[in-house]
Amino acid sequence: MNAMKKILLGEQGLVVIFALAFAIVSIFVPNFLTERNMLGLLQSVVTIGIVACTMMFCLASRDFDLSVGSTVAFSGMIAVMVSNASGSILLGLVAALLAGSAVGFVNGVIIAKFRINALITTLATMQIVRGFALIASDGRAVGINDPSFYQLALSRILTIPAPIWVMVLLFLVFGFILNRTVFGKNTLAIGGNPEASRLAGVNVVRMRIWIFALQGLVCAVAGILLASRITSGQPNAATGLELSVISACVLGGVSLAGGRAAMTGVIVGVLIMGIAENVMNLLNIQAFYQYVVRGFILLIAVLLDNMRSSAAGRGRA
Amino acid sequence: MRDGAVMAFLEFRSISKGYPGVQALSDISFSVEKGAVHGLMGENGAGKSTLIRILSGDQSADAGSILIDGAEQNYRSVRDAFDAGVIVIHQELQLVPELTVAENLWLGRFPARAGVIDGRTLVETVRSRLTDIGIDVDPGAKVSSLSIGARQMVEIAKAVMLDARIIALDEPTSSLSSRESEILFSLIDRLRSRGTVILYVSHRLDEIFRLCDSLTVLRDGKLAAHHQKVADTTREQIITEMVGREISNIWGWRERPLGAVRLEVRGMSGTRLPVPISFSVRQGEILGFFGLIGAGRSEMARLVYGADRRHTGTVAIDGVTTAPGNPKAAITAGMVLCPEDRKFDGIIQGRSIEENITISSRRHFSPIGMLNPKREADLADQFIAKLRVRTPSRRQDIINLSGGNQQKVILGRWLSEQGVKVLVIDEPTRGIDVGAKSEIYDILYELAAGGMAIIVISSELPEVMGISDRIMVMCQGRIAAEIARGEFDERRILTAALPDKNAAGTI
Repeated sequence: MNAMKKILLGEQGLVVIFALAFAIVSIFVPNFLTERNMLGLLQSVVTIGIVACTMMFCLASRDFDLSVGSTVAFSGMIAVMVSNASGSILLGLVAALLAGSAVGFVNGVIIAKFRINALITTLATMQIVRGFALIASDGRAVGINDPSFYQLALSRILTIPAPIWVMVLLFLVFGFILNRTVFGKNTLAIGGNPEASRLAGVNVVRMRIWIFALQGLVCAVAGILLASRITSGQPNAATGLELSVISACVLGGVSLAGGRAAMTGVIVGVLIMGIAENVMNLLNIQAFYQYVVRGFILLIAVLLDNMRSSAAGRGRA
Repeated sequence: MRDGAVMAFLEFRSISKGYPGVQALSDISFSVEKGAVHGLMGENGAGKSTLIRILSGDQSADAGSILIDGAEQNYRSVRDAFDAGVIVIHQELQLVPELTVAENLWLGRFPARAGVIDGRTLVETVRSRLTDIGIDVDPGAKVSSLSIGARQMVEIAKAVMLDARIIALDEPTSSLSSRESEILFSLIDRLRSRGTVILYVSHRLDEIFRLCDSLTVLRDGKLAAHHQKVADTTREQIITEMVGREISNIWGWRERPLGAVRLEVRGMSGTRLPVPISFSVRQGEILGFFGLIGAGRSEMARLVYGADRRHTGTVAIDGVTTAPGNPKAAITAGMVLCPEDRKFDGIIQGRSIEENITISSRRHFSPIGMLNPKREADLADQFIAKLRVRTPSRRQDIINLSGGNQQKVILGRWLSEQGVKVLVIDEPTRGIDVGAKSEIYDILYELAAGGMAIIVISSELPEVMGISDRIMVMCQGRIAAEIARGEFDERRILTAALPDKNAAGTI
């Protein structure tokens, strides 16, 4: 019992759970372990996976971002509308990336510089940005004029769709940033002990702004790929994304209290979220039930986080 | 030998600092020479913390100046003080738990090329630096996995890494075991021989005599005494200087009549205390529990109180068995616990003294859950007066009080409950100065005289011996000895408390 607890709450616990779940599902769910379904599964987690990369940084530095879903929709919308208006896809993409970064930057400045609670700030920007997307499109989906925009999501490299490559690339990049760069270590440091970091000369305010801006930028990448896949800019796209992403991160061992994060954990968290949904689809479980399951996964994630923190933190004599 | 004209390396010149309503420091001047360990003593509220804050750059003085190596310092922030080579190590350590030792030491200045950290340099420089100053800690270990003592070493190593010329340590041993303290002391000795100036704030006289070359005593924000050589003074003299009056016997223990058995613990065990233990406490008795850190004293207290679940055994108050599960039941049965970590488990920060006193007892004021401000205020004032809590008002935020006064408020919280029969108090005077200590002891005697059964847990042997009627010595989760007051003997108690390393091998 104790040994099991140790494994499950330890660094590799999640990977063990994941491997078990994967094996069980492969055996018992028909059509699960096929190339087609695997690619479909990965396709379905691209948005969550990409946004989770930077959400991990956000949470690790003791912050929080609820505005990611809106930012994804907004920047996807910008990409489509600017491409349509200018006739240049490149211009559309640049505009979308700038728009996403701008949202993140504003979040960061308000939170870090004016010291407003991140939950409240991003709750506000989440609504504001969603509002912008709706206003710009008059509430309707905006179709894409130039078909080569579709190719962003549809093109394949070595038979694997491009968005999956992008996600994997971002996993690698952000895993490297977290573990091997000053930026990553400072992120963990300000989450673990903001005061100590400040005293050690880490520019905490600037770091937090950067993290949010980066979060916005990455949301824009996700937004562009999403728009390309659904072949239009949808003002209502990615609603509730923030909760899925935060669930995945927490499930992946990122501490809500800051200071603790691992890329592998987040990847596994993302995949668990994806598998749960995929399996329910394969088993023809009604969509309504999926909300319940997702809710339970979030609860379990938070409980696990709590147990891990108490296992790690309260070693006081 | 130090002879002739030694240069003052650190000099305070006429430092004054006032807060609204109180003059924290007035006209403090003294100097410390290079390579000296300088003690800073005084009761809480004497101005030590304020002086340290000014030195650290956290606050600035209203008047006066600080000179380092003859140069006047004008720093305005902690950062500036860092750059001037002044580092203050507070009781709350400034480390990042999830980073490694090496990463913590390099934090803010990671060796990196294009933002990518050079992992080898990171670890190797730290390893050689740690070896250099004789600290035995793995640079690759996460700080969260280290003991408090090791973390303290890391904090000091950080100061050395930053080329600190002056290191101020604020009560560094308050959460260390005596072995860890000894390691710290030898580290301080090495730093001294390297020429670092150490400003050492402590309440513990034996440490001052063990470590310090020179000493400054503050009282009520004024310089009470300055000793160029600690060796030339005595404990009694320093205590007198600190409190401004003679304290012949700080323990003040007097014989009290003991009544019937009040608390009876039989065969009690729990997860972290696997071997069942039994003991009893009589009315009016103060039972001391002594043991090294990790001996199981606090675990024992939490089990008795019901904060942790008991696996076996019973706890009875006046012959009535209490429910094992929860603290609420213990309180109803007449037992209260003053926890060890005031900051963590005791005080409610951000709330007033009044609320901190009445939080538990105010539920009796109205059967339907309404507050009664008048009675709460009266009750608070009553205990502030009775326990001599030094505060301008009951509305003061508890965080602004000194440790001793916070402890009094927590005592007041439990004493304001009607019908307390058993008081369990864990480390009653940790981080509290001499004067306030004897006040707390007096309160305990008074309560015992009123028929209360009191369990005092302490890792300070003189304290346990000074105030207990009987001592239980714990070692590795067992009761190793029970000693009556007439037979108190420092050697015997310590021997019982030390785990016998040979025993396991010979049996």
